[in-house]
Amino acid sequence: MSPNLTYVIVVGVLVAAGVTLLLERSLTRVLMGVILLGNGANLLLLTGGRAGAPPIVGSAPQEEMSDPLPQAMILTAIVITLGMTAFLLALAYRSWHLNGHDEVQDDVEDRRIMDLADRDEVPDDDVDGDDDEESPTTDERQLSTTAKGGRAG
Amino acid sequence: MLVLVAVHALTAVIAPALVRLWGRHALYVVALVPGATLAWALTHTGKVRSGEPVVETLTWVPQLDLELALRMGTLSWLMVVLVGGVGALVLAYSARYFRSDDPGLGRFVAVFVAFAGAMLGLVVSDDLLLLYVFWELTTVFSYLLIGYDPAKRASRRAAMQALLVTTLGGLAMLAGFVMLGQHAGSYRWSVVAENLPGGGYLAVALVLILLGALSKSAIFPFSFWLPGAMAAPTPVSAYLHAAAMVKAGVFLVALMGPAVAEVTPWRPVLLVGGLITMFLGGWSALRQVDLKLLLAYGTVSQLGLLMVVLGAGTRDAALAGVAMVLAHALFKATLFLTVGIIDHATGTRDLRELSGVGRRAPALAVVAGLAAASMAGLPPMAGFVAKEAAVEALLHGGTADLAVLAGVIFGSVLTVAYTLRYLWGAFADKPGVEPTTVRPVSWAILTPAAVLAVAGVAVGVLAPAVDRLLAPYADLYRSAEPGYHLALWHGLTPALGLSVLAVAGGAGLFDLMRRERVRATMRLPFDGAVAYKKCINAIDRLAVELTGRTQRGSLPFYLGVILVVMVVLPGGALLAGSPWPQRFHLWDTPLQGVAAAMVVIAAVMAARALRRLTAMILVGVAGYGIALMFVLHGAPDLALTQFLVETVTIVMFVLVLRRLPAKFSERPIRSSRRGRVAIGVAVGAVTAGMAYVAAGARQAVPISVDFPDGAVSYGGGKNVVNVTLVDIRAWDTMGEIAVLVVAATGVASLIFRHARDLGRRGDIPGDGPTEYNRPRWLTTGATARSQSVILQVITRLLFHAIVLFSIYLLFSGHNAPGGGFAAGLVAGLALAVRYLAGGRTELNGAAPVDAGVVLGAGLFVAVGTGVAAMLLGGEFLQSALLDFHLPVLGHIHFVTSAFFDVGVYLIVVGLVLDILRSLGAEMDRQHETEGDEVREKELV
Repeated sequence: MSPNLTYVIVVGVLVAAGVTLLLERSLTRVLMGVILLGNGANLLLLTGGRAGAPPIVGSAPQEEMSDPLPQAMILTAIVITLGMTAFLLALAYRSWHLNGHDEVQDDVEDRRIMDLADRDEVPDDDVDGDDDEESPTTDERQLSTTAKGGRAG
Repeated sequence: MLVLVAVHALTAVIAPALVRLWGRHALYVVALVPGATLAWALTHTGKVRSGEPVVETLTWVPQLDLELALRMGTLSWLMVVLVGGVGALVLAYSARYFRSDDPGLGRFVAVFVAFAGAMLGLVVSDDLLLLYVFWELTTVFSYLLIGYDPAKRASRRAAMQALLVTTLGGLAMLAGFVMLGQHAGSYRWSVVAENLPGGGYLAVALVLILLGALSKSAIFPFSFWLPGAMAAPTPVSAYLHAAAMVKAGVFLVALMGPAVAEVTPWRPVLLVGGLITMFLGGWSALRQVDLKLLLAYGTVSQLGLLMVVLGAGTRDAALAGVAMVLAHALFKATLFLTVGIIDHATGTRDLRELSGVGRRAPALAVVAGLAAASMAGLPPMAGFVAKEAAVEALLHGGTADLAVLAGVIFGSVLTVAYTLRYLWGAFADKPGVEPTTVRPVSWAILTPAAVLAVAGVAVGVLAPAVDRLLAPYADLYRSAEPGYHLALWHGLTPALGLSVLAVAGGAGLFDLMRRERVRATMRLPFDGAVAYKKCINAIDRLAVELTGRTQRGSLPFYLGVILVVMVVLPGGALLAGSPWPQRFHLWDTPLQGVAAAMVVIAAVMAARALRRLTAMILVGVAGYGIALMFVLHGAPDLALTQFLVETVTIVMFVLVLRRLPAKFSERPIRSSRRGRVAIGVAVGAVTAGMAYVAAGARQAVPISVDFPDGAVSYGGGKNVVNVTLVDIRAWDTMGEIAVLVVAATGVASLIFRHARDLGRRGDIPGDGPTEYNRPRWLTTGATARSQSVILQVITRLLFHAIVLFSIYLLFSGHNAPGGGFAAGLVAGLALAVRYLAGGRTELNGAAPVDAGVVLGAGLFVAVGTGVAAMLLGGEFLQSALLDFHLPVLGHIHFVTSAFFDVGVYLIVVGLVLDILRSLGAEMDRQHETEGDEVREKELV
């Protein structure tokens, strides 16, 4: 079977644009990246099957029909992407509602460990920790601001 | 034996309830369990004395050749007696040691009994793997018991330290067991001992096993965890860290000794390790001011001595070793119990503060004195008999044995010295120290200690009887000469002389030590704890550095790493796999090129767009372009679905984007954008390459060539794609609609803030139809503030037509483009149009049902179709063809899989409705309430 060059190019472009958006921090952009990537993946599946007449028995001879299997797979994929889009949109809205922006934040806990590594220190674990365990909220809040300022790139 | 272990486990489970019921008196009841163990062991005394082991085997997993093999020989019998007897007495002691309102008492009793059960299992296991399991169980329970008071930092740290050290050793030991077991083809020690490997293999295995034994029994360099474990309550120290758990290592050495004593690393490791431990422990004990720590270091020292004697590897030494195990368990448990009593009666364990306790509590002093005499090796105590035997055994060995003997004698001198220090510190009248007030000591708490002390005397006095009991173990060592016998009086032997020497030397050393100045100079040059601390610190640092390097906490970073790997590895393979296929075609029809250009331009612009709305429209354009390509490919179902999905997506985006800022937030770092684009382009290129190679490499006939025939004959439909969805690959579809339900639920739970709002009907008080404001056909709602009346009326007129069309699509889909997905999307769009025209009131009018109900009904219908087919004798989701004649409609050709499609339809409708309710109606409501709040604030 010979590949259709047009499909190959479109797959490449869709994936490239999708991945570029996926690596962003804005959830809306990530979402658009997911949609483009999904379209690219669907087309990639379609590249694996023959093009032709619609696969409806009786409308065309069987030899001229397009391959129905990738089509069935793509059809479910399209609808799943719809569900995923809705979910990510809800996530973006929620993030905006709670934080005033829809950006993917750095993990605060990971930031703490990185700061420890930078300072060449060991964590205060449970065993060696103080008896009167203070709530670390103030600390975390500071860290999350640094994360927001310094890491948003 | 298995039953006894099971009874321990069961008791551990119900112990907290018993404690709640009866308070601390429950401990007497619980003490019956180890007591029963002791009784059981005693009934088997006769059999054991004749050297016959008690064996019990239960097949566990026959496929894996796993069985619970238990075996009680002389050594195990002795350990069972100690574990059961000391366990019962310590529990009885604990019943007076703790208060009923101690919050941790229930847990303590449960863990204590569980520990006793694990220890019992350990000493009677014949299977090495089973032994390992019990071994680690004792470690875990000991961890829980040391950490009895989790609020204390010292107790947490000590527990963790003990756990880490002993588990590390245990793992090494497991490796050693596996090495031996794999070689012998069995894990039963009785079999393994007969089939030992040789050479370096055996040496490595033994060193690994010794690591486990030495770490468990706190032998140098692992000694440091045992004094730390004294953070536990005193009964725990008396049982685990004197009589039971620390003896596990000694037990293992004694168990394996007869078979492996001649192998090279065994004896040197044990002798050297044991001697060093003996000196360090004894030395440190002399420096302690806390009575409990003094005893703890004494235990360390004694464990070293036990290792030396049992490691010597001769018959007489082995006999002395087991006698010493018995004697040590009796006197050390007693001494710990007396320290607990002193602590309770006076409130301190510091020997600098105690004075005159002996005169105020004479009974206590007598009990402690008996035990101390045994520890120092004075006749007629058990300790004396055992030490005599050990000295005698070493006296008749070679030069190395004599060197060891010298070490043992020096160790004895230390032992006598710290014994005197203990007695003096606990009970003596000290000049210059105010006499301590001592609360009366009840007989109930003293009895268990007294029983143990008296037992120590009895063992000494009845030494010949004990000798007959323990001799079968010693006889496992083959020896030419007639062996030594335990006895109080052997005549005026060199051993007796050495004993006298040790006692005299100890007394002298103690006298010297009382001078504060001398004690200050006795500092230990090194300590295992320092190495432990350094190790733990280094591991922590390594973990922090490693985690800090790899866990950046940034999602784009992680994704980037994954994608770069994808570019490098599959991309590299792609390049290496050349030559690539030569045959290709540019397009099927030139129109594909037009659609492709549209997609490409839209996608590239979407990636560059700065405004959310622009980006969204461009993504939509790309999607419509894809739909066009589907049409040209010959995939009408795909094209239809894609068009509809794109439209629903745009509606969703509009609903959400009206609440979000128009532009994407500014990127402070421009350079990272180039990196992202570079990764994107690389991934795109690799994917395109894979598409090209994969499509070109295809040789086989597609599986789907038979689909058209199958679709007509079995699926009863002409639209192959639709039949594939609802019949041939119906399981896929089933999974997919389940995902849709989950996604819909997720959306709703993200938007609705309160569970009570989750009745996704969106009814708002006053908005719903009542007797007076029931909306009439085509009249617009009074709440419609900003909507177009004309639009509302038109959508109402169109609504039913669109829904009807969707139902037509649903049922015609089997033979023509359409089907459940497309039909559901059409119906969903009809709802969306109603909502866009008239807001949430209009949506509620159009669909007066809960979205969750629609979703659930859809799933029910879909699964029900499959189950019905199964109940009728077919496979899950198998379809059947029905042909029948109806009076008006004429001939009806019906396929049962249409019901499945109805389920799909309902779920898609439910999904869209759910999205409209969440992202539309609920967001409107939240926005309005917030607006009201703002206005209220302004008014105030």
